This record gives sequence, C-alpha cells and structure tokens, in this order.
Amino acid sequence: MRESGEQAVDLNDLTKSTGEWLRGVGPESDIVISSRIRLARNLAEFPFISRTDDQQRAQIEKLMSEVVHQWRDDGDLLYLDLESLSNIDRHLLVERHLISRELAEGRGPRAVAIDPNETFSLMINEEDHLRLQVLQSGFDLKAVWEKVNRIDDIIEQRVVYAFHEHLGYLTACPTNVGTGLRVSVMLHLPALVITRQIEKVFRSLQKINLAVRGLFGEGSQAMGDFYQISNQITLGRSEEELIRQVSEVVPVIIDYERQAREFLIKESHESLHDRVSRAFGILCTAQTISSEETMHLLSSVRMGVNLGLLPDLKIPSVNELFIRTQPAHLQKLAGGELETTDRNIERARFLHRYLNQESGGQAYGDAN
Amino acid sequence: MKCQKCDKPATFHITELTNGKPVELHLCEDHAREYLTASGTETSPPGSMASLLAQHIMAQKMQVGQTAQELAELDQQSCPFCGITFFEFRNQGRLGCPHDYSAFQPQLEPLILNIHGEVEHAGKRPRKSPKVSERRTLLIRLRREMKEAVSEERYERAKELRDEIRRIESEPLE
Repeated sequence: MRESGEQAVDLNDLTKSTGEWLRGVGPESDIVISSRIRLARNLAEFPFISRTDDQQRAQIEKLMSEVVHQWRDDGDLLYLDLESLSNIDRHLLVERHLISRELAEGRGPRAVAIDPNETFSLMINEEDHLRLQVLQSGFDLKAVWEKVNRIDDIIEQRVVYAFHEHLGYLTACPTNVGTGLRVSVMLHLPALVITRQIEKVFRSLQKINLAVRGLFGEGSQAMGDFYQISNQITLGRSEEELIRQVSEVVPVIIDYERQAREFLIKESHESLHDRVSRAFGILCTAQTISSEETMHLLSSVRMGVNLGLLPDLKIPSVNELFIRTQPAHLQKLAGGELETTDRNIERARFLHRYLNQESGGQAYGDAN
Repeated sequence: MKCQKCDKPATFHITELTNGKPVELHLCEDHAREYLTASGTETSPPGSMASLLAQHIMAQKMQVGQTAQELAELDQQSCPFCGITFFEFRNQGRLGCPHDYSAFQPQLEPLILNIHGEVEHAGKRPRKSPKVSERRTLLIRLRREMKEAVSEERYERAKELRDEIRRIESEPLE
C-alpha cells in the first residue's frame, strides 16, 4: 500500500502514461474506446452521504480504508485521501476517469483506491458510500462484469451493505436502486457526426431506455465526438440482462459508424483526407490552442489513423493525447497552476513536441 | 411565494441540476406543466431526477385530486431513523438513509415504478440475509437517539441505548 507521503510522486508517475483503458486494444477498439461498469453500494449502518456529518464520513472512510488494506495486502493499491490532494491532482484523477467530478469537488473526508494499471477504482463517500468501477479498453463487458462482481463479493464479506428484500441494493438516489449498476461503453463516432446521423441514433437509443452522455459522463459535452452509451434502468432486471441490452445495441452503432466511414471514403475521399491532414497540420504547428479545438481536431486525426490516412501515427498515441492535453494534465506537467491563456500556449507546445517525436520529425516538416 | 412567470401562487418548487449547479424554480401549476413538457425534450436530460420527481408529484396531484394541504402534510412526513422529510428529499433528490425506502414507501413506490417500470429487484443478492442489513440500519436511529439523550442530559436513557448499540454491533455479520 502506497500512501500519503508518496502521493505526490505517484501522481506525477500517472501523468507520464495512460490508464489501461486508453491502450487502444481489445475488441472493436477502433470505435469502442472503453467498457466500464460501476456499482453503487451503501453501508447499512450509516445515513446516506447527504445526511452524514464529517465525523460519520470519517468513520466510513476509516472503515473502508481498513477493508481495502486487509484485502489488498500485496501492497500495490494506491489509496488517496482526496482532502489532502491539490486541486490539480483531484482534477487529474477526473480526467483519467478514476473519480467523478462530484468526488473531486465534494467536501469532507473522502477517498479513492486505485489499482496500478487503473482498471479498477473504489470511490469512498461520493453520492453513495461506495462506488466501485472497472474500466477496460475495447468492447468486453463480460470481462469487466466478472471483475467488478468479484470485487463486490470480496467487499461484501467484510461489511453489511444496505439491502432490501424487494428493492435490492439501496442507494441515495432512487434512480440507482436495485442493482446499483451502470454499464457504459464509450464510443468514438466522428463519421456519424459528420454525416449528421448522430441525432437519429440518440433518439432510437432513448426509446429503448438507454442514455447517451459525453466524455466525462453526466452533464458533460460530447467533446471530440466521444459518446457514452449506458443503461438508465437499474431495477427489475438482473445485472446480466442490463449488460446484455447494452451489449446488443453497441455492435449496431459500430456498424452504422463503419458504414458512415465507408461512405465518406467512397463519396468524398478528397475532402475527408483534406480534413484529416488539416487537423493534423494545425495540431503540429499551432502556437496556442484551446482544449475544445484540440479535442475536435484530434477526433479527425483519430479517424484518419483508423482509416490509414496518417500512417506514422498510432491509435494509442492519439488516445493518450486526448487525456494529456486536458487542463489538469498540462498543469501537472508544467508544475503548477496556469491561466487559460498560458495553458493554451503550453498545450500547443506539448502537441508540437509529442507529434514531432511520434512521426519521427516528419510532422513539423510536412506541415510547413 | 409568487410564480416566477406570472402572479399566481407558486405551488411547484423544482431544483434542476444545470451543468452540475442547482437552479431553483418556483412556478404555478400551469407554468410548471409548460416547463416540464419543454424540459422533457430539450433543456434537461429526460432522466433527470428533478423532472422525474416533479412530473411524478404533478401526476399524483392530478390523479388523486389531493389538496395542497394534503400534499404539504405528505411533504412534512419524516423518517424516524435519519430525520429527513419527504420535502427535503424532493428538493435535493437524494434520500437520507436506507430506512427511507420503508418510511416513504407509499410516496416512493409510484416514483420508482415511474423510473424503472418495475418495483421488484431481480439481480444479485448479498449472501447475508436482508434482516442483517435491517438490523444494522437500526443503528442509525439508535446512535441519533443516544446523541440526543446525551445532549438533553438523559444519561440513563443514553446508557440503555449505548448497550443496545453495542449488542447490534457485536452481532456476527453472517
């Protein structure tokens, strides 16, 4: 177990790599970025978070840190006390999808336990006492469910969950009651956006009770053409059924996206190639660039790499850029807080360096 | 309080989460209906807790024909374990403790049906019996009562409660 004193070092280490979920491997990883399942759980003997005082939150945090310590005594789980982290570090964890914005910006005793390759995280004192999540690259919900289910069993041996005979696992918000399960598959759908078919896809998903969210979950914008498809309903169906529903619909969307990409290649190859090349050119040569523009351009570049239009770049590198150009990652790299203007300059420099290295010094020359 | 859009009294108090920030709305029945019909399709995500709750309360009001007074009484009901009132839950969209699901069962059941289309769990179950879970939840009430007893200097009662708490805490988990 690595803790407190070493935290700063550990978080610096994080910025030099990406989590497993961005490795760009696994089934359908050209379109499916990641598969994620989270479980909401509460301890039977404490009020839900909104009715707890700091003392009770500290008790929950202590109890859970003991559970985590006992269970992972092989020493490789990172346990972070959110209150002792800087604002940048908390947002770094949000950008890496290890914690929610709610946990980052919350108050009082709260923590997160993370495994070294960042596939598993356990949030303590978020909206519910516990939020367990497993996140992996590619489209493999079965493996993700097996893992999160196993971890849930281990925790359940050591605590008493709030559970109701008829309603199942009890949660702070009735929208999560029952299984407490949210399955989300993150998809990259640039061609459906370009061909203006994305709204149609959304409407049909809503009809079958599936939700569509942006890159950072609830309430976030669909930046960089990333969309998360997830279940709305959590009660009255088994975990397997809920997962199956998402599993069945994702291949259909993948198919639509592939068809849209084929259509673009066939019908407007020049303009598609031009779009990809321009995007790459701007990313390589800009002197100042916003997060939004970066996401937008990286999206075109990512599709271009998948279609073989940018042979020197690899998908894992592009995936990495989506995260490492986010505000907290840039500030961590710069070693302190930066104003938006300075961040935009820092982002442009970072992109320039990174892309030049990746394409063996070709990028800058080409673009000029 | 007056409706934000006209001079009629505001009978619907809606808290919407917009970009993570709560926004309070106070509307009369007509404007609430207008707002909710619009918000269902555009301004707020269709599954948002606030619109679900408001829609549900409105549906209840229309169907049952409950008077404002009856609704106010329902709102003031509180959970004997954690003390939250139904009104507080309606405002913040978060329950106070596991026992709320029993304490507010008549109000919550139609809401849960509205959200999930079902009211019976069909998934995983912990190995421990739900009775163990219920016994543990009792601790929320006992601890609260003990704290109150201490602050009111009713030490005899506090001692009884402490013993009861210890008894439950030492019960085996299985």
